[in-house]
Amino acid sequence: MAVDTAGRLAPQKTAFYNDPVIRGFLYQGLVILLVVAAGYWLVTNAITNLRAQGKTFGFDFLGNTAGFDIAFKLIPYDRTSTYLDVFKVGLLNTLLVSVIGIIISTVLGFVLGIARLSRNWLVANIAAVYVEVTRNIPPLLQLFIWYFAVLKVMPPVKQSFNFGDMFFLNGRGFYGPVPIFDDKFVWTAVAFVVSIVAAVLLRRWAKLRLERTGQRFPVFLTALAIIVGLTTAVFLLSGTQVTFNLPALAGFNFRGGFAAPPELTALVVGLSIYHATFIGENVRAGIQAVSHGQTEAAQSLGLKDNDRLRLVIIPQAMRVIIPPTTSEYLSLAKNSSLGAAIAFPELVSIFSGTALNQAGRAIEIVGMTMAVYLTFSLLTSFLMNIYNARVALVER
Amino acid sequence: MKKSLFGVAIAASLALTATAAFADTLADVKARGHLLCGVSEGTAGFETPDANNEWSGIDVDYCRAIAAAIFNDAKAVRFVTSNSTVRWQQLGSREVDVLARTSTWTMTRDTTLGLTFVAPIYYDGQGFMVHKETGIKSALELGGATLCIEAGTTTELNAADYFAANNLEYNPVTFVTQDEAYKAYEEGRCDAFTTDRSALAGNRLLLAVPDDHVLLPEVISKEPLSSVVRQGDDLWFKIARWVFNAQLEAEELGVSSANVDEMLASENPGVRRLLGVEGDFGTPLGLTKDWAYQVIKLVGNYAEIFDRNVGAGSPIGLERGVNALWKDGGIQYAPPIR
Repeated sequence: MAVDTAGRLAPQKTAFYNDPVIRGFLYQGLVILLVVAAGYWLVTNAITNLRAQGKTFGFDFLGNTAGFDIAFKLIPYDRTSTYLDVFKVGLLNTLLVSVIGIIISTVLGFVLGIARLSRNWLVANIAAVYVEVTRNIPPLLQLFIWYFAVLKVMPPVKQSFNFGDMFFLNGRGFYGPVPIFDDKFVWTAVAFVVSIVAAVLLRRWAKLRLERTGQRFPVFLTALAIIVGLTTAVFLLSGTQVTFNLPALAGFNFRGGFAAPPELTALVVGLSIYHATFIGENVRAGIQAVSHGQTEAAQSLGLKDNDRLRLVIIPQAMRVIIPPTTSEYLSLAKNSSLGAAIAFPELVSIFSGTALNQAGRAIEIVGMTMAVYLTFSLLTSFLMNIYNARVALVER
Repeated sequence: MKKSLFGVAIAASLALTATAAFADTLADVKARGHLLCGVSEGTAGFETPDANNEWSGIDVDYCRAIAAAIFNDAKAVRFVTSNSTVRWQQLGSREVDVLARTSTWTMTRDTTLGLTFVAPIYYDGQGFMVHKETGIKSALELGGATLCIEAGTTTELNAADYFAANNLEYNPVTFVTQDEAYKAYEEGRCDAFTTDRSALAGNRLLLAVPDDHVLLPEVISKEPLSSVVRQGDDLWFKIARWVFNAQLEAEELGVSSANVDEMLASENPGVRRLLGVEGDFGTPLGLTKDWAYQVIKLVGNYAEIFDRNVGAGSPIGLERGVNALWKDGGIQYAPPIR
């Protein structure tokens, strides 16, 4: 026996727990089990404690009357509306601030980023000081400064700044007229849509012509002329009547027209200015990441200055700019919740604040609020990823 | 096998948390050596810290009275602040033993939050403060006005109700914190500020020029500002209630911190029962026999507390009004100690 097997090596016997495949399953199974158990524990613990405190869990309270008023809202709302309406009002206000903030901070950020690279000493240094000072002060503090600065500077209602009896500016907000159109306005709207379609077709045709003949066509100016000209012509020819709902002083405040409260202004300005600094740094990094050789190569191809920027430098810079700017958008949206501190009725203030306090449904309301920010962030992230995929380096 | 072990672990942890939820607050407080009292960040006359972080006010004295009853030491209290949004969670999550934080007793709060309201320490009502220069004399002239409000209180609902009932329009500007709310009002963001009248009277004094602001006469709501405890601990609830009752009873019987030692020799059976000379009213509450004596000796009766914090003996100078004892035409009334 011993002689028989001496020449050949018997297959190595390893313990089953040393087998990499089995071990992989074992550890991963263990991790899953732990995660599930932790989740189970959290949920049952919450249920037990809710029961112990005599509370129930459910979303039926959303149908109850909220009973309080909200000053700034984009949809009809009054004290007889429900908690669900409070949620919607807060959500829309949050979205409003986020969208306006993202637009302004992007524009401002690009200006800043380019200014920091300027060869003009003064421009570059002003931009640098602005960026360094602003991004190193906590945003909440900045909001307070903006808010109370706005209130301090603005006159009381009766001494409002008056711009041609149409626009008014005072400590209560910015007021302006709302145009009201009659039924014939629909033709103008149709003309506007048609002219935009025409502009798109024009651009496509111009591109084809450029590729075929090498001749350029002034697309932008022509398109602008079509859109403005056609829309204006139809508006005038259709004989549309326009009336304006003007703001007018009545009692304590202006009524009629639209009103942007100082809370909104302070929040949008504060957030835009704060986040623009980060976006500006992203832009600067992006432009500096494109090596000078690219510029020289474009020049030797004979591209004009404009085309060189548009076709060579910016597309490459975008690859560096987009990912960090996406996360800047996300944090701007989340920071909009700071509006609660300066009385802007956004989601955290009215839903997670007032509604929570009235209804007492902490888990449900905080859960919904978190879900909103999560959804909003994931959505922004998703859209920016699509855009990023378009500008990213295509490897062949 | 592993799964069943987990099951046991989970069951054990649940059992632990479950018992914790019904724990004996008095035993916890005694073991800890001090009371945890939930107060606001500052409401003049009710709870304000001084430069040395010594708190004073009606709510503060109420907590000190409970500490005196348990520990014979009115200083065995730690004050935990909260804004009006998180106060209920603070109590539910056992960060505080009792909440004495100018909280209005309403049915919804009493029945849905897992809490129990103890006793109205101060009967308040919501009112308005306006800039004097506006010349407004009545809340009914506030149609179309902008109103500064502190968030997360019954204040918002009362204002909504009042303006709806009187068919007036208004614009609420709701702040999460009180400081910003008053600052914005001072800067002219709002025509009026609305909250409980006692708080208005107190906080008016903290504005830059108090005389530029006036309180309007209207009282638009009932605000029984009450202390709150967790639901389900009856003994603790009773301690919280009877400490306050004892202070009312002491005022009614003329027992104050100044004369309480002489009163020990009183022939009045009511006084003798209150001070623990006759009978034992402490043991059923888990306290000593002389608990009420300690409360009055160390903190005082209700009249003393009212007077030094919000009444004639304080800068706020509020009248007793409905907060007078029942025999003086008010509605403060304690069931008899017998």
